[in-house]
Amino acid sequence: MKLPRIAIPPAIGRLLKFWPLAAALVVLALFPHIGGGFYVDLVLTTMILAIFALSLELLVGGTGLVSFGHAAFFGIAAYATVLLSAKTDAPSLAWLLPPVLAIAAIAACVIGALCLRTRGIYFIMVTLAFAQMTYFVFHDTSLAGGSDGLYLYAKPRLAIGDVTLLDLGRPMTLYYATLGCLVVVYALLALIGRARFGQALAGIKSNEQRMRASGFSTYPYKLAAFTLAGALAGVAGFLHAVKDGFVNPEILAWHQSGAVLLTLILGGIGTLRGPVLGAFVFVLLKEVFQSEAVFGAFARHWQLPLGLAIIACVALMPNGVVALPARFRRLRMPIPHAG
Amino acid sequence: MDLAVFLVQCLNAIQYGLLLFLVASGLTLIFGILGIINLAHGSFYMIGAYLAYALAPWAAANVGGGFFVALGIGIVLSIAFGYVLEWAFVSYLYEREHLQQVLMTYGLILVLEELRSILAGDDVHGVAPPAWLAGTVPLGGVMTYAVYRLFMSGVCMAVALALYLVITRTRVGMAIRAGASNREMVQALGIDIRLLYRIVFAGGVALAVFAGMIAAPASSVYPGMGNQVLILSFVVVVIGGIGSVRGALTASLLVGFVDTFGKVFMPQIAGLLVYVLMAAILLWRPEGLFRTA
Amino acid sequence: MRFRATVSRIGLVAALCAVASVASAQDRIKVGFMLPYTGTYAALGTAIENGFRLYVQERGGTLGGREIEYVKVDDESEPSKAVDNINKLIKRDNVDVVVGTVHSGVVMAMAKVAKETNTLLIDPNAGAGAVTGAMCAPNIFRSSFSNWQPAYAMGKVAGERGAKKVVTITWKYAAGDESVEGFKEGLKAGGGQVVKELTVPFPNVEFQALLTEIAATKPDAVYAFFAGGGAVKFVKDYAAAGLNKTIPLYGPGFLTDGTLEAQGASAQGMLTTLHYADGLDVPKDKAFRAEYEKAYRSAPDVYAVQGYDAAQMLGIGLDAVKGDVAKRDALVAAIEKARIDSPRGAFTLSKSHNPVQDIYLRKVVGTENRYQGVAVKSLADPAKGCSMK
Repeated sequence: MKLPRIAIPPAIGRLLKFWPLAAALVVLALFPHIGGGFYVDLVLTTMILAIFALSLELLVGGTGLVSFGHAAFFGIAAYATVLLSAKTDAPSLAWLLPPVLAIAAIAACVIGALCLRTRGIYFIMVTLAFAQMTYFVFHDTSLAGGSDGLYLYAKPRLAIGDVTLLDLGRPMTLYYATLGCLVVVYALLALIGRARFGQALAGIKSNEQRMRASGFSTYPYKLAAFTLAGALAGVAGFLHAVKDGFVNPEILAWHQSGAVLLTLILGGIGTLRGPVLGAFVFVLLKEVFQSEAVFGAFARHWQLPLGLAIIACVALMPNGVVALPARFRRLRMPIPHAG
Repeated sequence: MDLAVFLVQCLNAIQYGLLLFLVASGLTLIFGILGIINLAHGSFYMIGAYLAYALAPWAAANVGGGFFVALGIGIVLSIAFGYVLEWAFVSYLYEREHLQQVLMTYGLILVLEELRSILAGDDVHGVAPPAWLAGTVPLGGVMTYAVYRLFMSGVCMAVALALYLVITRTRVGMAIRAGASNREMVQALGIDIRLLYRIVFAGGVALAVFAGMIAAPASSVYPGMGNQVLILSFVVVVIGGIGSVRGALTASLLVGFVDTFGKVFMPQIAGLLVYVLMAAILLWRPEGLFRTA
Repeated sequence: MRFRATVSRIGLVAALCAVASVASAQDRIKVGFMLPYTGTYAALGTAIENGFRLYVQERGGTLGGREIEYVKVDDESEPSKAVDNINKLIKRDNVDVVVGTVHSGVVMAMAKVAKETNTLLIDPNAGAGAVTGAMCAPNIFRSSFSNWQPAYAMGKVAGERGAKKVVTITWKYAAGDESVEGFKEGLKAGGGQVVKELTVPFPNVEFQALLTEIAATKPDAVYAFFAGGGAVKFVKDYAAAGLNKTIPLYGPGFLTDGTLEAQGASAQGMLTTLHYADGLDVPKDKAFRAEYEKAYRSAPDVYAVQGYDAAQMLGIGLDAVKGDVAKRDALVAAIEKARIDSPRGAFTLSKSHNPVQDIYLRKVVGTENRYQGVAVKSLADPAKGCSMK
C-alpha cells in the first residue's frame, strides 16, 4: 500500500532523517526510570563499550587503519584515573578528567608515531605489539598493583566551592554523564566526518597513494586521527574506571582489542550508528548465551554458541547490522523484466 | 653467572625457541602462502596436546613403537582435519579483508576451546614420555637435563631440515614458493592453486598439532594452553617475515634467547622484552627480517 | 518494583525476558555461585559446587527450614569482569548469599561489592589475605584458608628440618606474594631464611631459566607456590632438572592437590602442608568421602571439602534464624560462634571470619597426599588491617 505523498519542506525532511537516532536517545534517557538496577548497569556498560567502539571507528572506518591494540589507550586512561585519584577524598572531576585524557592522547601520539611507519598487516601486528607491551607494563611491574589490579577509593565529583554539581558516585548521575559523553563523542565524530579533516581521512582510506601523489602529506593526518582516537578511547576508559571502581591489566589484553573490533564489525564499519548498535548486539549476545534460563546446563559452554555467532555474523553480515535494512529493501525490490 | 650456567641457559633458550619454531613455521606458511591470519593456530597446538593425552594409554599398551605410532596417527588425523577445515571454513576467508579473517578465526578459537571442554573436560593432565626417553643427563654438575627435552630439540631441528628440503627441493615446494610470489601466474600455468592451498593449510595444521603432541610430555595439558603459544607465534612470524620459514627459525631462536635471559636478568620486564624486540625490528625493517619475494 | 522489573524485561529484548523470568518463590533461599566454570580453574569450580550441593542434599534440600535454589555465574577467573559478574547475581538474580570464588583477584572485587551492598558472601577457596584482612566485614566469611596459613606452617616445618638457605618461586600475584610472606615468617620462626625470591608472571609456565638459576644458587630447599596446570608443570620440570634429588621441594598443598595423576613419579615423596589430607583419622571425613563418591563418582579434594563447609556455615546461620535472612545480625553471630564439623577436622572461625584450623603435614605416596602429622595446631591468620579483630 503506497502512502500518499505529502510535501515536506526540505529542512524538516533533513531533520526527520534523524528520527531513529532521536528515538534511541529518548529510550536511553528514559531507561533508568523504567528498568531495574541490573539492567541499568548493563546499559551503562554497553554505552561505555559504544564510546570505545566509536573511537576505534574513527581509525578503522574513517581512516582505514585497523588497530589491534586500541585497548591500550582505554586501559592507560582507566589506570591513570585510579593512579591520579587521591586515596581519601573524592577527586575533583575538573582536575582528573583533563589529565587523564591528555595522558591517553600523549600515549596515542607516541605509539602512533611509531606504528604509522608500517602499513597493512604489519601495522595491525605492530599495534598489537605495543598494546601487549602496555599490558605487560601493568601486569608484570609493580607500577600499579600487578595482575591483581587497583581500586578506586572514591569516585570523582564536580564541585564549585561547597556545592556539588555532579557526583559520579551516584549511579543515576554516572548513567546520564555517560549518555552525555556518548552523545558528545557521536556528534564530534559526525562533525569531523563532514569537515575537511574527515574528508582527508576518507581520501586516505580509499587510496592513500593517490593522496600522496597529489601532494597531500598523509602522515600528519593519520597521526592526528590516531591521537584523537586514543583520547576518545580514554573517555571510555575513564568512565569504566569510575563505574567499576577497579582496574586490572586484563582490560588491556589483546582479547579486549579483539572484542572492540568485533563490536565494530557486528554493527557495521563506516557508519556511526554501527559501533553503537554493535555494542548493544554484542552485549546482548553474550547475555543470552550465558543465561541458564535459555540454555539450562549448557550455558556453561556459552563460548561455543558465541564463537559460532561471531563466525556467522562476520561471514553473513560483513557490513554489519546497520546494513541489514538495506539488504531487506534490496530483497523486496521488484526484479526488472526485460521488455 | 659462570660459564656452565650460561651454557645451560643457552640450551634452555634454544630448546624453547625450537619448539616455538615448530608452531610458528606452520603459521608463517599459512600466512605467507594463503594470505590468511589464522588466530586459531594456538588451538591446533592445544588439540595436539590433548590428542597426545588421549592416545597415551593406547601408546603405552603397545610398547616399543607405541609412541611413534601415536605420533604418526596424530599427524594423519591432523592432516585430515586440516584438509576438511580448509574446505569447510578457511576457503571462505581468502577473499576477505584481514579484519574479517581475524574475527572469524577468533570465533573459531572459542568454538574449538568449548568443543575441547565438552569432549575432554577441563582437568589438567600429564602425559608420560616413552620410557626410553624418560631419563636425564647430567650437565657439568650444575643440574641435569631431561633427555626428552633434548629429543624434542632434535625433532624440531629435523622438522626444520625437512621443511627446508621440501620447500627448496621438491615440486610441491616449488609450487608453494611460486604461489607465494604470484598467485595468478601459478594458476595460469595450470597448477591447481586451490589444491595447493589445501595442502599448505593441512601441512600448517599438522605442524602445530605435531608440536603440541611432542610438547605434551614436557609441559602439561590444560585448558587455555594455546593462548600463550599463539601470541608468541605471531610475534615470531612478524619478526621473521611473513612467509619465510628461515625467518621463522631465526626469529624463534631470537625470541627464545630474549625470553630466557630476560627472565633471569630482568624478571619484571621479561614479558615485555619480546614485544619491545618486535616493535624495534618492525621499525627498523618494516616487513620483518627475511621478506619473501 | 514488580512493575519496573516487568517493563525492563519487555524494554530490553524478549530474549532477556527468559533470563529474568526465573520465578523466585517467596519461601526459597537463593544461593548464587560465582565460580570458574571455564578456563584453568574450571575443575576446582565444579568441585566446590559439588561439595556445597552435597551438604544441602544431606539436609534434604533445605537449610533453616527453607528450600535452597541455585543460580550460577561463570567468573572465568577474570578479575576485569568480576564486578559485572557479581552484580549479575546481586542485582539481576537477587540472590540471598553469594558463594565464590577460586581466583584471589576476582574475590577482591567481589568482597568490595559485597561490602558496599551488604550482601552475604562466603568464600569457598580464594585465599587473598585482604578478604579477612583489610576488607573484612561482618557479612563476609571464608570456609577455606588464607594464603598465609599453609605457607607459614610449611616455613616452620622447613626450618625445623634444617633448611637454612631457601629459594622461593611463585607467580607474581597477590596469592603468590602472600604465600611467600607467610613462608618467610614461618621459616624465620624455624631458624632459616629466604635468600632469593624468584617470580614468574602469572600465568606463565616456562620455568627452565629459573630452574637453572635455582641450581646455580644451591639452596638447602626450595619453596614453590603454584596451582593447577602450573603446579603440574613445575613439579615435573623440577624433577626433570634433577633438582628433586638434591634440593627438597616444599610447598602448600596446592602444589600436589588434584595434580598427582598428571605429575606421576615426579611428585613422589614430596612434603606439603594443607588443612586437608588423605588418610585423615576423622570419622566425618570417612563419611564425607563415601557420600561424595556415591553422588559424583569421583574422589573429593580439598576444594570439595571447602564447598561442603561453606554450605555447613550457611546452614548454621540459617538454622539459627529459622530461615529468616533478614535477621542478618543473628545469622552472622551464629556462624561466628560456630564449631564447624568439617571433614578436615572441626574448626572455628577467627574474629575476622577466617577458619582457625590445624594445618597438616602430608607426603605424596602414589596418588595420595598421605597424612603425616600436624604441622601447626589451630593456626589463625594474623588478619592484617582488619577492623573486626
